[in-house]
Amino acid sequence: MPDEENKLFFGVFTDEDDCLEATKACTEANFTYHDVLAPYAVHGLDRAMGLPFSKITWVTFLCGMMGCTIAFLGMGYMSYWDWPLNIGGKETLPVPAMIPIMFELTVLFGGVCTMLALFAFCFLFPGKQARLFHARQTDDRFVIVLEVDEDFNEAKAREIFTANHAEDIREVDADYDINSGPEGAA
Amino acid sequence: MAHHYSELRMPLVHGGKTMHDITNDVCGSIEGKPSMLWWIGWMVSGLVALMGVLTIGFQIYKGIGTWGLNKTVGWGFDITNFVFWIGIGHAGTLISAVLFLFRQKWRTSINRSAEAMTLFAVMCAGLFPLIHMGRPWIGFLWAAPYPNLRGPLWVNIRSPLLWDVFAISTYFSISLVFWYIGLIPDLATVRDRAKHWARKFFYGTLSMGWRGSVRHWNHYETSYMIFAGLATPLVFSVHSIVSMDFATSVLPGWHTTIFPPYFVAGAIFSGFAMVLTLLLIARETMNLKQYITEDHLENMGKVIILTGSMVGLAYGTEMFMAWYSGSMYEQYAFINRATGPFAWSYWIMVSCNVISPQTLWFRKLRRSPIFLFIMSIFVNIGMWFERFVIIVTSLHRDYLPSSWAHYYPTHVEIMELIGSFGIFFFLFFCFIRLLPGIAFGEVKGVMKMGQKHKHEEKPGNDQTPAAEVSHA
Repeated sequence: MPDEENKLFFGVFTDEDDCLEATKACTEANFTYHDVLAPYAVHGLDRAMGLPFSKITWVTFLCGMMGCTIAFLGMGYMSYWDWPLNIGGKETLPVPAMIPIMFELTVLFGGVCTMLALFAFCFLFPGKQARLFHARQTDDRFVIVLEVDEDFNEAKAREIFTANHAEDIREVDADYDINSGPEGAA
Repeated sequence: MAHHYSELRMPLVHGGKTMHDITNDVCGSIEGKPSMLWWIGWMVSGLVALMGVLTIGFQIYKGIGTWGLNKTVGWGFDITNFVFWIGIGHAGTLISAVLFLFRQKWRTSINRSAEAMTLFAVMCAGLFPLIHMGRPWIGFLWAAPYPNLRGPLWVNIRSPLLWDVFAISTYFSISLVFWYIGLIPDLATVRDRAKHWARKFFYGTLSMGWRGSVRHWNHYETSYMIFAGLATPLVFSVHSIVSMDFATSVLPGWHTTIFPPYFVAGAIFSGFAMVLTLLLIARETMNLKQYITEDHLENMGKVIILTGSMVGLAYGTEMFMAWYSGSMYEQYAFINRATGPFAWSYWIMVSCNVISPQTLWFRKLRRSPIFLFIMSIFVNIGMWFERFVIIVTSLHRDYLPSSWAHYYPTHVEIMELIGSFGIFFFLFFCFIRLLPGIAFGEVKGVMKMGQKHKHEEKPGNDQTPAAEVSHA
């Protein structure tokens, strides 16, 4: 979320390798990232930015386990506790026969909760307005947005961006968004 | 000027495209006016789908008696169609999940439409058990774990038919989630290009405010990997469970232990054939030859020959095990398949599924779109007949010769089969018109194939795509 006070400083790149190199340099120089934007998943860009591994795997694991448990308890309730049936003298708690449904519910709960967690972690919801720094940010432009805080060194940032062939370098207000600003399509 | 090109690998996209070209090509096909071919395909498939829906309405109104089933042959076209369509769906998941885990980057050009195909095929599949219930509106009480009105008696959790309910609904849900998550970044691109307010609203709502932040990509890539990891065992479980509908019975011809792997191989086989059928049409009519290249076709041909041979091996194994079992009923069931009243369907199955894919050992044929198209139709036909053979020939000779019967499908069953193809193609035509048919976000990610990364080769940072040099 945009910081109320800080201005923003961003560079636009046309190639994933330039963006990756510039990000590495910015991380090394201890700049505060506002955001880095890429039209597709660039291998290693998240690590270059210094992001930790996503915790979403825990959601999948816990919800998957929950699905598995619900399946086991549900079927156990039905066939052992609530209405046991004698089918040829077989077990009323037929664990091997319960495995397929336990597996399916593990996958179902794990998968659906992963999707919901992804939306929650990224704060995405239907109808949300995407904040754009460049009209082709979801097409073929990469944008590195830095926070202009107390120890921001503009000369250094400019040097890194220029060295990595930034197409456009700008300092803008904290609420900059081409959806609301006068800048139309590039 | 140092041109850096393929001592690495063949590029996946031909024609020296830039990233913006890819966006333009794929988005162009859903932004401009649809072509005449699209209109024709949409209308024809829509009419066939309508015919199918009306037939289903008629059948539900009159009852299951409109089908040609009898006391001996209780499953006919309905379950044949169900297993056939479920099998078709499996290729989509294989391409999107299994090939993702194996880092097969060529999947990026075809995974979106293959996943869409999965969804539509599973919809068609789900239709048949539903209408087979006769009164589908109370199907919920029969199939869902819900204390029904005869008890409260619960569903039978020992029955593979119930496992199927869970398997198919999970499969549909997870395929839908996987497909939608994959679509979000591409939908955001379409949204940012949109001029008309209706398009802005439609794609803006669906794309959930995606802006391509690397913080989001971090979670996104992790969850994509998780979906692939979940979908891979899921796809194997689904067709294994479908095969257990048969394999856990005591019927000669059904109760064989090779059914799960045999069905999974058959599903991938038929699914890849359907992917080929659809993509060969799409690449021809929508000008996608530079994305779905002959290399893609060849790879799919290789999967077909592998799975086709597995299916052929399974036919042989079944025959051998019937002989080796020493059980006369088992032996009779298999001799009857090959020589009995339904021998014609058995031999259609063998020639389409075992013989026709063997032609793909020739590289020239694997790379010929016309040949592949004809071959894929043969495989589709053969795999439909495989299910027909398994279901009907095993049923029509009961234990008591006085119960022996024959099965003739009625016009209602035939129209419902044709109608399901109409529904499938109609949905597919709608899909390629409304949503990006190629996962261009993922294609862009593999553009650097056949090109050295800049940090690997510092001097002279020029950007000549490899494809331009080696393929133009």
